[in-house]
Amino acid sequence: MAIVESPMQRERAQTIFEKSKPGRRAAVLPAAEVPEPPLEELIPARLLRSEPPRLPEVAEPEIVRHYNRLSRRNFDLDTGFYPLGSCTMKHNPRLNERVAALPGHARLHPAQDPKRAQGALGLMWLLQGSLAEICGLPHVSLQPSAGSHGELAGLLLTRAFHADRGEARTKVLAPDTSHGTNPASVTMAGYEIVKVATDERGGVEMDDLRAKVDDEVACLMLTNPNTLGLFDQNIAEIAALIHAVGGTLYYDGANLNAVMGHSRPGDMGFDIVHVNLHKSFSQPHGGGGPGAGPIAVSDRMEPFLPRPQVVRRARRDAGRNGGEARGSRHPRSGSGKADGRPDPKIGSGRDDHFYDLDFDRPKSIGRLRGFQGNFGVFVRSYAYILSLGADGLAEASETAVLNANYLKARLAEGRAGKRLPVAFERHCMHEFVLSGKPMKKELGIATLDLAKRLLDFGFHPPTVYFPLLVEEALMIEPTETETKESLDAFAEAIERILAEAEEDPETAKQAPYTTPVRRLDEVKATRKPVVRQPLD
Amino acid sequence: MSRYTSATPADRAEMLAAIGVDSTAELFEQIPEPLRLGRPLALPAGMSEAEVYERLAELASRNADAEEQVCFLGAGMYDHYVPAIVDAITQRSEFLTPYTPYQPEISQGGLQAMFEFQTAISELTALPVSNAGLYEGPSSVASAAYLAIGATKGRRRFVVSRGVHPHSRETLATYSAGYGATIEEVGLEHGLTDAAALAEAVDGETAAVFLQSPNFLGAVEDVEALGAAAKRHGALLVVAVDPMTLGVLRPPGECGADIALGEGQPLGNRLDFGGPSFGFFCGTEELLRKMPGRIAGETDDVDGRRGFVLALQTREQHIRREKATHNICTAQALNALAATIHLAWLGREGFRELGELLVRRTAYARERLASAPGVELLHEAPVAREFAVRLDAPVDRVLERCAERGIAAGYPLGREYPEHEDGLLVAITERRTREQIDALAEALGAAVQTERGELVGNSPTNAPGGP
Repeated sequence: MAIVESPMQRERAQTIFEKSKPGRRAAVLPAAEVPEPPLEELIPARLLRSEPPRLPEVAEPEIVRHYNRLSRRNFDLDTGFYPLGSCTMKHNPRLNERVAALPGHARLHPAQDPKRAQGALGLMWLLQGSLAEICGLPHVSLQPSAGSHGELAGLLLTRAFHADRGEARTKVLAPDTSHGTNPASVTMAGYEIVKVATDERGGVEMDDLRAKVDDEVACLMLTNPNTLGLFDQNIAEIAALIHAVGGTLYYDGANLNAVMGHSRPGDMGFDIVHVNLHKSFSQPHGGGGPGAGPIAVSDRMEPFLPRPQVVRRARRDAGRNGGEARGSRHPRSGSGKADGRPDPKIGSGRDDHFYDLDFDRPKSIGRLRGFQGNFGVFVRSYAYILSLGADGLAEASETAVLNANYLKARLAEGRAGKRLPVAFERHCMHEFVLSGKPMKKELGIATLDLAKRLLDFGFHPPTVYFPLLVEEALMIEPTETETKESLDAFAEAIERILAEAEEDPETAKQAPYTTPVRRLDEVKATRKPVVRQPLD
Repeated sequence: MSRYTSATPADRAEMLAAIGVDSTAELFEQIPEPLRLGRPLALPAGMSEAEVYERLAELASRNADAEEQVCFLGAGMYDHYVPAIVDAITQRSEFLTPYTPYQPEISQGGLQAMFEFQTAISELTALPVSNAGLYEGPSSVASAAYLAIGATKGRRRFVVSRGVHPHSRETLATYSAGYGATIEEVGLEHGLTDAAALAEAVDGETAAVFLQSPNFLGAVEDVEALGAAAKRHGALLVVAVDPMTLGVLRPPGECGADIALGEGQPLGNRLDFGGPSFGFFCGTEELLRKMPGRIAGETDDVDGRRGFVLALQTREQHIRREKATHNICTAQALNALAATIHLAWLGREGFRELGELLVRRTAYARERLASAPGVELLHEAPVAREFAVRLDAPVDRVLERCAERGIAAGYPLGREYPEHEDGLLVAITERRTREQIDALAEALGAAVQTERGELVGNSPTNAPGGP
């Protein structure tokens, strides 16, 4: 294949540090307005820095141009289809950015007196209630900063729960299809991971589970639907098995987008759920964060929730020594009204409640981080929940499942059907997994090659080589916000790549050609790591 | 059809036909019937964009933000000015909407931004290796503890100065329940870590010693001198720093720190009622392969072009699973980008000047407040951007009086430092003008006097017939 270098490829990447020239600057600071003694008179010289850090010296126009240029070297969700499995790359409404940027949110100090942060605490209360209703579990802590942080929280809750009953258990079970964060969290929480096999229908292998369940099991971590996109129909029996030996059941909420308004982890028997607000609830991924990973828990786990907890109290009188009333820890549907619907008065001048931070939680596992959590993410996700409402959330999940099954059907046709068979042949939920094993054997191109060639067609590839039990796996999650036309175009691109590989597998093996850089040497980056710009 | 989906009834019919089912309900039949919700969620109906905006704006209006009040609150998060270009660039969809850069060929912008971030943070701390960011400050402290256990071959004891942020100490305690580690706290003397007690506390079982400078009471610690105890016993020296002071204060890398970390919010991130922000995390070369989180590294493509990738991924959970150096996955890439832009905007000179401005305005404010009636310094150790005072009246009442005059006067120390029930922590940024500082001094003095008056007036000792 003849390769013509694009202008972007011709341009050597230059960091902002390499654009620096002594004497240039962007910032102009306010005048001191106060006496300006030498610093040594204020702080002993041995505690002072001799040379300032070598930050770049660049004027504002070049800074803007530099980062705009960098941005053009990224592919993003607003540009095209991004079917990364288990990542839920759904549209990020700009309304949510607008409301998060309101000064009342963006410039609110986290240590503000709760009396002067009633809107923010009220919003957190409402979000807690909404997530409680969606998860089918009554108590929510918004504190964890991401899904993995929620997992660690859930495992520490589990540890505290057992310790409270005088037990110290050692093992946590998780299926071999689980996200990598699950076993990593297990180790951090001081437990030993025990893997459970997957059966021929893609669910937990029940005999293997039965053999591994004993009174050393602290917890079972599960994703349902799992990372194969399949709903584990034995979940009630699984829950009964774990509960019978006194263990807790943890729900990895990465795949919650499949079941919102259709089925609830709490009703399945789970004790603890984490919710990825940056997946199901539309917080933009930001190229790797921020996110938030609130947890919802059952009554028996509630005493151990992190500190502080947002609670609602009867309004304290004019505010001096009030706030003594017992806080309600039952957000139940974010309500206040008998029909379970959030009361529009909440956080308004007509609200007769006071929202507060409760530090008096003697059995709490303690803090997981500073202050109250990623509030900016809460604002965006709450705006999303308000926008969609009960019906909209259910419809989002329904359409996500429709889109996934449609794309699965499209990819069962033609060359894809032959070379990229679905790993488990049944209806999927919001995502599905194909195996590139026949493609590799018959055409000589690996899943990685297919993924790289997709870049030339303007698509972000699916998640590849995960879950681990499917050989040459491609994990595809289209989400509800994609059009049928996008799904068709993606299926057609796969078909063309396979046709092309039948003629000449080298085309895919050398791909991509059109991206700002071509395949990168990842081995070199690890063997001889260069992790900062040298400035000498 | 909600406004974020596109499937028309005709699309649905075609798609269902392709799948070979009559309705989407059939697809949900894989969920056993008793586990299907079978009713609508008890949440309100969806709202129009305009209605959602009004509702959120109403909630926002019930918060007293730093635009409405003059904000002297700090304690780890500060009301710095965020330059306009930070918003303009971080709101570009190319930075806002991608996932973690698993496909480096189409993620060079984000990866290079991480590489630049790492360079900038490494310059600030004078340590050679930086990751691309963690969740936020206090949990980064707990992450350093996890690293220290591994780096010291399983030692499980931490010695922590009470000058370390209370949220960091609490978070460390939470995580340590999982690590099976114990914590010993070392107190403060005259605002600074008690050096003798620290030296006493560190032993051969200590995995790491944790300091913070400036510490929670604002005092600049002599990290090098304190850290000697860690060095003697082969423990890691972990130092939490405020990035905004590193233009003027001696960096942790020059004071013997093995790990420097901290809350990144002051760099380009808004207050957001506490997050999202980011934590930064730097270490020595030896610790590179033990670091938590993403790290961008430089490499070449097949044609020899310079490029960037996620380096050393074999440390990470998606590869190494239960043997990973940390469980972190989604972190704070966009917040770290904001910091990188802010630091480039400040530049080498601007960053130093800002540090000097903070030190001088803080010195002025400290002197000004100390001369207000009923206000005295809680300690006289050197400070950089925050300082602690004692009030001769109940702190909550004084704060309330100041709030009524539109001033958030500071952070009350009583909850986390019962020994400083009368303590108030006051933070200064470049946004706090001399005029505002003068107004604070006046308001604090007046409030203390008024409360004193009320106290005296109400005091039983003044009541008729008293002793």
